[in-house]
Amino acid sequence: MSADIRLAGAAEAALLAEAEDAYEGVHDAAGTVTLGFWIYLMSDCVLFAALFASFAVLRDQSAGGPDAREIFRLLVETACLLVSSFTYGMAMIAMDRNRGREMLGWIGLTLLLGAGFLSMEVHEFASLIREGAGPDRSGFLTAFFTLVGTHGLHVLSGMVWMAVLIAHVLRRGLTEANRTRLSCLSLFWHFLDIVWIGVFTVVYLIGVA
Amino acid sequence: MEGPGSFAAAAPGGAASGGAASHASVRTYVTGFVLSIILTGVPFGLVMSGALAAATAIPVAIGLGIAQMIVHLVYFLHMNRESSRTWNMAALVFAVIIVSILVVGSLWIMAHMDANMMPGMMPAE
Repeated sequence: MSADIRLAGAAEAALLAEAEDAYEGVHDAAGTVTLGFWIYLMSDCVLFAALFASFAVLRDQSAGGPDAREIFRLLVETACLLVSSFTYGMAMIAMDRNRGREMLGWIGLTLLLGAGFLSMEVHEFASLIREGAGPDRSGFLTAFFTLVGTHGLHVLSGMVWMAVLIAHVLRRGLTEANRTRLSCLSLFWHFLDIVWIGVFTVVYLIGVA
Repeated sequence: MEGPGSFAAAAPGGAASGGAASHASVRTYVTGFVLSIILTGVPFGLVMSGALAAATAIPVAIGLGIAQMIVHLVYFLHMNRESSRTWNMAALVFAVIIVSILVVGSLWIMAHMDANMMPGMMPAE
């Protein structure tokens, strides 16, 4: 899927068109692709479960450093991600109705909300590190940075993917291949929101309670 | 190509044939969105106002968090009991089992290590 990015020239475009035709020729390719992607997401769940488990175990090992009681801008961050899940859903509905322009608008909005989320998170990380509360400070902070940072990296890759798909759609329109890609990204984006609910609850709410 | 709408929007696995568009509607997303705002706001309010003691607030926050995850799965990811989604559901159930074993097991084991094997060796907290 990502290999498509590199194709540029006319010859390559022809190749790409051929590949897309072949792709559409496979019986129920979209269903198989999305199922495969779903199984990848489930394995990603296991990755996050391991990080959540280490965080839960290391929660109280703050070695005299700052502990879990800080609140930051988390409610705005959470709102950004929540709204972006909704806007992505609207994009998928626009896609179903074959309204390409409307869909691009919603995807663009989702991308902006993702960027808002990520910039707040980077800001939070930077100020923690400036205060000497970096990941090397204590077991708790190591677990915190790993868990939240891994989620942040996922959000970043989702945003890159979104930008790539916007280019795809602008260039080739809502082809079946692009629809499948957008469906997979939709799963990915909603999945990240679900993981964030876990982060919000386990890291922040329980930390403050 | 089977025509527009044959590739399910946001539907895990996609419906194999036809009627895919019917799974996703503006109403579904709005319902899911409103429910998740409530399920985020309530625990946040409870924790921030300090209305509940930590011993009550933590299970309540976890319970509402799990409820919100289910809301997202149903309203945003369209998990339901339809036959075409059997494999998605199977993969999800499997993942939930693994995740539970991993998280609960780690906490359980580590709590016992703490309690039984390192008396007085942990730094004062």
